[in-house]
Amino acid sequence: MAKYIAKRILLAIVSIWIITMITFIAMNAIPGGPFNKEKATSEAVIATLEARYNLDKPLGEQYVLYMKNVLHGDWGISLHSGRPIWNDMISKFSVSAKLGGRAAILAIIVGIILGSIAALTRNKLPDRLIIFFTTLGTAMPSFVLATLLLLVFCLKLGWFQVYSASNPNYTLPVIALSVYPMAYITRLTKTSMLDALNQDYIRTARAKGVSKIKVIFVHALRNALIPVITYVGPMVAYILTGSMVVENIFTIGGLGSTFVTSITNQDYSTIMAVTIFLAILMVIANLITDIIYKLVDPRIKLD
Amino acid sequence: MENKELKRGFLSAQVDISKFNAGNFEKATDEEKRQQDVMGESTTFFKDGMRRLRKNPLAMGSIVILAVIILIILIAPHFVPYSYDQIITVGGVRDKGCTNLGFMEYSDKELQYMEETGEKLFPHIFGTDGLGRDYFIRVIYGTRVSLAVGIVAAVMVVIIGIIYGSIAGYFGGKVDLIMMRIVDIIYSLPEMLIIILLSVVLKETLTEKLVGTVFSKLGANMISMFIVFGLLYWVSMARLIRGQILTIKNNEYVLAAKCIGTSNRKILTKHILPNCLSVIIITTALQIPSAIFTESYLSFLGLGVSIPLASLGSLANDARAGMQSYPARLVIPAVIICLIVLSLNLLGDGLRDAFDTKLD
Repeated sequence: MAKYIAKRILLAIVSIWIITMITFIAMNAIPGGPFNKEKATSEAVIATLEARYNLDKPLGEQYVLYMKNVLHGDWGISLHSGRPIWNDMISKFSVSAKLGGRAAILAIIVGIILGSIAALTRNKLPDRLIIFFTTLGTAMPSFVLATLLLLVFCLKLGWFQVYSASNPNYTLPVIALSVYPMAYITRLTKTSMLDALNQDYIRTARAKGVSKIKVIFVHALRNALIPVITYVGPMVAYILTGSMVVENIFTIGGLGSTFVTSITNQDYSTIMAVTIFLAILMVIANLITDIIYKLVDPRIKLD
Repeated sequence: MENKELKRGFLSAQVDISKFNAGNFEKATDEEKRQQDVMGESTTFFKDGMRRLRKNPLAMGSIVILAVIILIILIAPHFVPYSYDQIITVGGVRDKGCTNLGFMEYSDKELQYMEETGEKLFPHIFGTDGLGRDYFIRVIYGTRVSLAVGIVAAVMVVIIGIIYGSIAGYFGGKVDLIMMRIVDIIYSLPEMLIIILLSVVLKETLTEKLVGTVFSKLGANMISMFIVFGLLYWVSMARLIRGQILTIKNNEYVLAAKCIGTSNRKILTKHILPNCLSVIIITTALQIPSAIFTESYLSFLGLGVSIPLASLGSLANDARAGMQSYPARLVIPAVIICLIVLSLNLLGDGLRDAFDTKLD
């Protein structure tokens, strides 16, 4: 077990290292430097500025310096606003985390409930309805869903207020963000629940006289949830990238919308910092998922 | 030795030959032979799967929907006299009143022109957009682009995945170990972020280099998307193929082929890969919607096809600005994306049920 965890952590570190490398090389491949303005700046001034920001050094050294700064909490300065990126990023991320966290919790709880209902009423009406809506849910891009929700429930029907920083209403954005993972978890729970219900230990428990409710919730569901754990990592990735779209549509000032604006503004230092930050979050989420999966299910072979 | 008549035991089940004469051993007549013929036609793996698929109403419905969509996008540009980037002109003059028209509407100028000349102008089936371009033809081209992106990306993923996965799976050992470690690392990279990142970079670096080539119309963003698909998305395919090959290569017929000196290449292509075909078909069908999703997502971020070309994603994104006044312009591409993705998903599920007999 310890060997597996060590191996997995090593892999995570390698991935993060590769991501920082790709990001750094990619951002440096863009033609033009930060001081190439339309106004002609004298060579001497540019040279001084480049020396000030270590841009005159070879690329390898620049990378090492950048990583050293990142590890010390200095993520550089936004080319657009001129402010340090780290503080902005953290305050924006707290908004995104509120949104994403709610979406994740909603998706997991509703997904498991719907999946169990579908498995227990197999081929009956509730099952068919649930499967119909989850199939529909996985066929709709998040930006289409978010826009339609905004159009119908905010603008046409007026049931919900449009999100504003002073009056945050997370209902619609959370729904828009959670539909896809919810649908996925529902399908996953249904298959693994059906699988679990066919096992011998379920028959044994029923034969011993354990009540049906108890068998479903204690014996079957516990084992049915193991495959769902594997989806937590990809779900975090989906929610982080999905929030870029949803935050943008509902004009929520989170990390996702910051990322999108920095792409339009060509604010490369922010793009770089946010990419690395999100990538680290995703890699860590995957790492934790894998480790929990192995801890929960000892049947899985340790390789 | 004396040729002694063998006496048959009382309980013996041995056939008593003495009761038969030569007449019993006559050759069967043609009619008798015909009775022995197997009546059912022999079936192949593919035929069998298709038979099961035909019984699945959802999958067949999806095929019909996809066929209709493909037919429309192939035929429509031939009889709609507008092009996707053409601003409507009446009698050679730009028609400024021809913007934001509703379904099947004509602008005042067009009505006047038709009355004067008696010539029938082609109707704007979905109206026109804010710049005065025919929206129907834009949707048609958008669907073409989105589908093409999905199919090209899926084919790329399949080819790379098959080659990589089959080499790793077939040769095994150290080759497999190293190749799968690489796959593990690529698999753990957040591909969406890298697509966005590379799109941003390649947009800047490629745009100038592409001018004048065939790709310039498609735009640097699409090229970068294909590059990223080629670099990252094949890993799950490769893993799948490798897993299949690991189980198939231990079969006796592979051993037999090896014994008679068949080359590795021939064993892979003739004996092993045909047996992975079902997995390949299913995964390809499910890969297309995922590519369409990615493309529409990138279009939303402004990293999709370059204007004036449109994709379904970019059309929906452009329509967001005026969604309160012209919701149809958002709904049409959205519905088409949903239809395509839904049909492909259902078709993929149907194919899995029909061809992957190992599942249940």
